[in-house]
Amino acid sequence: MAKAKLMDFDKALELYEPVLGFEVHVELNTETKMFSAAPNNFGAAPNTNLTPVCLGLPGSLPVVNEQAVRYSISLGLALGCSIAESSRFARKNYFYPDMAKNYQISQYDEPIAYEGEVEIELASGRVIHVPIERAHMEEDAGKLTHMGGSTGRIQGAEYSMVDYNRAGVPLVEIVTKPIVGTNEDAPEVGRQYVSIIRDMVIDLGISDAKMERGNLRCDANISLRPRGQEKLGTRTETKNVNSLRSVERAVRYEIQRQAYILSNGGSITQETRHWHEDTGETSAGRPKSDADDYRYFPEPDLLPVQPTAQLIEELRAQLPEAPTLRYRRLKGEWGFTDLEFQDIQNSGLLTEVSATVAAGASPQAARKWWTGEIARVANVQGVEATSLVSAENVAALAALVDAGTLTDKLARQVLEGVIAGEGTPQQVVDARGLAVVSDDGALIIAIDEALAAQPDVLEKIRDGKVQAAGAVIGAVMKAMRGQADAARVRELVLERAQA
Amino acid sequence: MPETSSSPEITPEVVRHLSELAKIQLGEDEITLLTADLGQIVSNIAKVSEVATPDIPATSHPIPLQNVFRPDVVGDNVLTAEQALSGAPEQFEGRFVVSAILGEEQ
Amino acid sequence: MTQTDLTRLSAADLSAKLASGEVSSVETTAAHLERIAEVDSEVHAFLHINARAHEVAASIDARRAAGEELGPLAGVPLAIKDVLVTTDMPSTSGSKILEGWMSPYDATVVARSRAAGLVPLGKTNMDEFAMGSSTEHSAYGPTHNPWDLTRIPGGSGGGSAAAVAAFETPLALGSDTGGSIRQPAHVTGTVGVKPTYGAVSRYGAIALASSLDQVGPCSRSVLDAGLLQDVIAGHDHHDSTSLPDAWPSMAAAAREGATGQVLKGLRVGVVKQLQGEGFQTGVTQRFTESLALLEAQGAEIVEIDAPHFEYAVAAYYLILPAEASSNLAKFDSVRFGLRVTPEGGGTVDHVMAATREAGFGPEVKRRIILGTYALSAGYYDAYYGSAQKVRTLIQRDFASAFSRVDVLASPSAPTTAFRLGEKLEDPMAMYLNDVTTIPANLAGIPGISVPNGLAPEDGLPVGIQFMAPAREDARLYRVGAALEALVEDQWGGPLWAQAPELRAGKGVN
Repeated sequence: MAKAKLMDFDKALELYEPVLGFEVHVELNTETKMFSAAPNNFGAAPNTNLTPVCLGLPGSLPVVNEQAVRYSISLGLALGCSIAESSRFARKNYFYPDMAKNYQISQYDEPIAYEGEVEIELASGRVIHVPIERAHMEEDAGKLTHMGGSTGRIQGAEYSMVDYNRAGVPLVEIVTKPIVGTNEDAPEVGRQYVSIIRDMVIDLGISDAKMERGNLRCDANISLRPRGQEKLGTRTETKNVNSLRSVERAVRYEIQRQAYILSNGGSITQETRHWHEDTGETSAGRPKSDADDYRYFPEPDLLPVQPTAQLIEELRAQLPEAPTLRYRRLKGEWGFTDLEFQDIQNSGLLTEVSATVAAGASPQAARKWWTGEIARVANVQGVEATSLVSAENVAALAALVDAGTLTDKLARQVLEGVIAGEGTPQQVVDARGLAVVSDDGALIIAIDEALAAQPDVLEKIRDGKVQAAGAVIGAVMKAMRGQADAARVRELVLERAQA
Repeated sequence: MPETSSSPEITPEVVRHLSELAKIQLGEDEITLLTADLGQIVSNIAKVSEVATPDIPATSHPIPLQNVFRPDVVGDNVLTAEQALSGAPEQFEGRFVVSAILGEEQ
Repeated sequence: MTQTDLTRLSAADLSAKLASGEVSSVETTAAHLERIAEVDSEVHAFLHINARAHEVAASIDARRAAGEELGPLAGVPLAIKDVLVTTDMPSTSGSKILEGWMSPYDATVVARSRAAGLVPLGKTNMDEFAMGSSTEHSAYGPTHNPWDLTRIPGGSGGGSAAAVAAFETPLALGSDTGGSIRQPAHVTGTVGVKPTYGAVSRYGAIALASSLDQVGPCSRSVLDAGLLQDVIAGHDHHDSTSLPDAWPSMAAAAREGATGQVLKGLRVGVVKQLQGEGFQTGVTQRFTESLALLEAQGAEIVEIDAPHFEYAVAAYYLILPAEASSNLAKFDSVRFGLRVTPEGGGTVDHVMAATREAGFGPEVKRRIILGTYALSAGYYDAYYGSAQKVRTLIQRDFASAFSRVDVLASPSAPTTAFRLGEKLEDPMAMYLNDVTTIPANLAGIPGISVPNGLAPEDGLPVGIQFMAPAREDARLYRVGAALEALVEDQWGGPLWAQAPELRAGKGVN
């Protein structure tokens, strides 16, 4: 595949205005599937989470999961949408082996939620209102594994295998209206929008929202129009943009790619494009064609969903604070700089930091631990930071540092023990004997030994060359195997040198 | 739902396109036969539009019901993997096997 | 009592004899299996015989002997239309694409029948995926009408109706999307009921058109049909369109109707659009006679105008193919059923298209292509959308009619059984055969077909259809049983007593 030519980003924005649109699919964490009473859990053995309905067996019929409807309404409300008095399901007909019935039950002309708005705030403090067109309920497809040929790729595979466990998992698809006026902020808007949706569904408790597992999936629609033109340009739909960073990169890439084509007299093909995480590029997929005749029609096996005003108000009353409002509030309460707060948001650890502060840690300590050492270990191990340690243990760790029981260095060792499953920070401290030696007596003995061993240094200190104390401090810390407070050692060294 | 347009003649090209949408491979003689049959049938049934004026609501379900839900509880009809795969024309290691897929993931 | 006699008994009579211990289920089952062995090579009502029927019957006998309280139909044989999935017998829906397919679950109506102690004898023949009015579209060869083996037994449930008419079973399950229970009943001199949409669960009924399909009973008497509907009806949480209503006993309604009291003051509407041109003389004659009988018993006959009925067939042949084209998409060679790989392999697309080409018969392809057309971009409003509006208009016609009358009556079908092959090459003529039965499916209301004589010109059975408002199935059983009593009084016995003896065949094929 020839590398696409790109225009400089700033130059592209001089000539064109980007118009964005996002389709975000959220997998709901219900106990059972959208239309069948099969278990909805990740990681089960292939083809074990199935009823006749998930497999589309002859004679099987769908029945709507009430919890999925409630979750969808809650999400609709959180998106600022109106909830339809009556919504219904439709069949989207197309053949694909991961779709057991060869139609997807979705919502078409009557979605459950419509016309909303999500407020996001950029690092610069700029506020953008993302207009939401609709949020609708549908079912997920099964999973294909491509075998033979070049490994794991659809192209050149000799055959494919299907696991239908994911088939029928409840999804809410959130569709924005065209987002205009973002200009050079376009990539950040994309990232921040998806990040807000993720925080929203986590706060609502309706999705595990793990992008790496596909709980949250984003398709990004991007088009450019020449500055001053009213009419929208031809858009591309970039699929599988499944990390926050990728959203940002994909938007930037498409703007640069399209700008190059347009400025050279070319035109954009309306098509789906695939995002490649490894190369940071998109590649052409299927052009829109006759094959996209999905022959939607109302699902005859299902009835309209008509939530009562009482139910809607009940769910509205339970809504958590909107993410952007919460960010604003927390930033103020915690006294963070823009950069510090952004650091937390970018790492996706706001929930953890909040919980750690709630458990008694200072905001700065909570931020420092989560975005620092814990994130580092998570990165090394290739796992989620949240899976490593609980907010309570982080708070306990911070408390031990505050009390002077641990130095930062010791605390990192304790964290290592906690992550290794050795217990709470206090238990690790006890078991490994890692506490700071705060007994001046023991320190003085070590200091006197060190001074005696380095008489030249002692001379220098006595001569007022205080910086020479470093060598002795180092020797003492070494002798104490690091379990001493260096500042206290320094104080004592200066004291003993004069003695 | 999709917009209206007047019903065109059923041509072999139309039937061929429909067979692609419906994923049925048809021979030339079948297409010829179906083109004739469909033309006759469509001319007989197109009259529904005579009385289907904009003021008439559509009926999707013969008996109106709404809000038919089930509780979010695992049901009594969960299949074992063996049952799920019992009808599979081809399977391997607990999965259904299909020929190579040409084209893109949906 | 001889075994032949056992096959002539109604389910209600068998029930009494089984309960009293006069006969056993094993004897009853054996008698019917023997009858099947004798005549089914000629009739071809069955696609599969239950190898475990004897065993099931023996277990019912054992439970009864142990003093267990059993339902009224415990031990009575039952034939099951192949559209209903069963765990112990293949379920093909009359199609090659499902040849030999074993379902891992039972249809709700099958599970309920088993729980009630009915003994499944086998699976009955049908037009492929219930598309047809003659069973000639079965991938496994047509069923023959026991009254005249050269004629069709109706369809799509010709197998169930013929099995009942040929005394191979007293009871059968059918499904009715546009008349597939009532029209076969009409041409075979049997009783068939399409319940209110949602009265009987569709879970496990291989879908043809989801908003039209309804499972119902086939039998030789109205009471027997009522006994079976009492077993299979009622709410099912596996079917969203299943009605949560509590139903009165249909058997009780039939017994009440047989007294004849229900006819006094009953207002019977006769739909102008469901008679006259296109109706065979003998069919019209028997219909008129039946109306006179009802009138003589105190019923009031009211002419009803249902102006939109003339659009019913057109609407039906848009809605049905549209829904069917989607329902039948699952037959793709991936999870179950036939797989045909083109020469030299091919992609999954090629395999699916080749499988569907080889696995579906011509009528199924015709309707899938038609339905695909009706739903495709640009035509939806003109076709499917308009058809759904016609549905509203037909419901309004019924609402207006039922504000004036208690039941509607019509001939169950325009003609008696036509000859096998006669309409096979003319799909539109075949479709028009359903003109009388389709309106009830479009509106979701119940309908019953009761034998009301033989057409003088060909000596073949004719039925009368009654229709009632939605949820008023019991009314149909009362009126149906009342008319049944009146005509049987005239004939001095049931119509089936006039059926010709079938010559013994070479055994079941």
